[in-house]
Amino acid sequence: MTRDDHAAASTAHDHVVPLSVYFGIFATLLVLTGVTTAVAFVDLGRMNVFVALTIAVVKASLVLLYFMHLRYTARLTPLMVAIAFFWLAIMIVLTMADFVSRGWFTGLLG
Amino acid sequence: MSERATATARRGSLPPATAHQFDDAIQQHEASGLGMWVFLLTEILFFGGLFTIYTVYRSLYPEAFGHASSTLDIQLGTINTAVLIGSSLTMALAVHTAQVSRNGRLVALFLFATIALGTVFLGIKAIEYAQKFHEHHVPGPYFHYEGADPQQSQLFFCLYFCMTGLHALHMVIGVCVLAVLGVMALRGRFGPDYYTPVELTGLYWHFVDIVWIFLFPLLYLVERHT
Repeated sequence: MTRDDHAAASTAHDHVVPLSVYFGIFATLLVLTGVTTAVAFVDLGRMNVFVALTIAVVKASLVLLYFMHLRYTARLTPLMVAIAFFWLAIMIVLTMADFVSRGWFTGLLG
Repeated sequence: MSERATATARRGSLPPATAHQFDDAIQQHEASGLGMWVFLLTEILFFGGLFTIYTVYRSLYPEAFGHASSTLDIQLGTINTAVLIGSSLTMALAVHTAQVSRNGRLVALFLFATIALGTVFLGIKAIEYAQKFHEHHVPGPYFHYEGADPQQSQLFFCLYFCMTGLHALHMVIGVCVLAVLGVMALRGRFGPDYYTPVELTGLYWHFVDIVWIFLFPLLYLVERHT
């Protein structure tokens, strides 16, 4: 494989994201940061934490998909990322299942 | 030809060697990327332990967490979030430049810009830490808290220092790696045929950004509306 073939092959393989996409994502992330800070001062009751986390998930997804090129890589990588978040969900959900359910059955079991 | 130019010609313009276990350079490049992702996935669970502890204690002591969170400087926190997002942009631009051109100086410029923004972030963090030490909000024998439930608030500050401290440690490591990459870029090591180190360090830097994207609302924005 000559140098030119090699360069052509690697360029063809790796998707080059247009600069406008990077600047667009950057601007969106800044706007969402402003929104999440502003919304924190509005009393939404228990919804505040859900709104804050939803915005955080959107921001993280934008970084993953565009800055980290997850949208353009082979399918194996997004699958592995999804599995990692699934493990994280297991850790948090099962731990919380314990703490939330403590005391539920004390009456039944004595 | 100067010695540096000769070195550039020798190292920079030749395709990198392919290790014998790979079919070709493309497969090698993909394997490097996947390896970096596997490392980052272990990092998700590394930080995940702290996020789990946070979830448990916030659900147990929501009022104390709300009040303690309100003692953090929201202006500095918001500015730092913007600074870190900016550093992610310059990092992405460094990778992009290496992908499309042989302009090592421009790659180095973006890498050093990323270092500068990362350092600004750490500087602002240091100011915030200094304020907390001054207010005796650092957990330990000198901890003093004016509000209700000082014990529960101490838990919040414990998590605040552990989570932001671990995050800052990742930033310091990232800055060191970026400095090495910047020098390599100036020597013309990176171009369209070889930019794997820039790309993988970029993945790491963006990951650290994502951790902060979650830390910011969880630590600074708990109960601002009261």
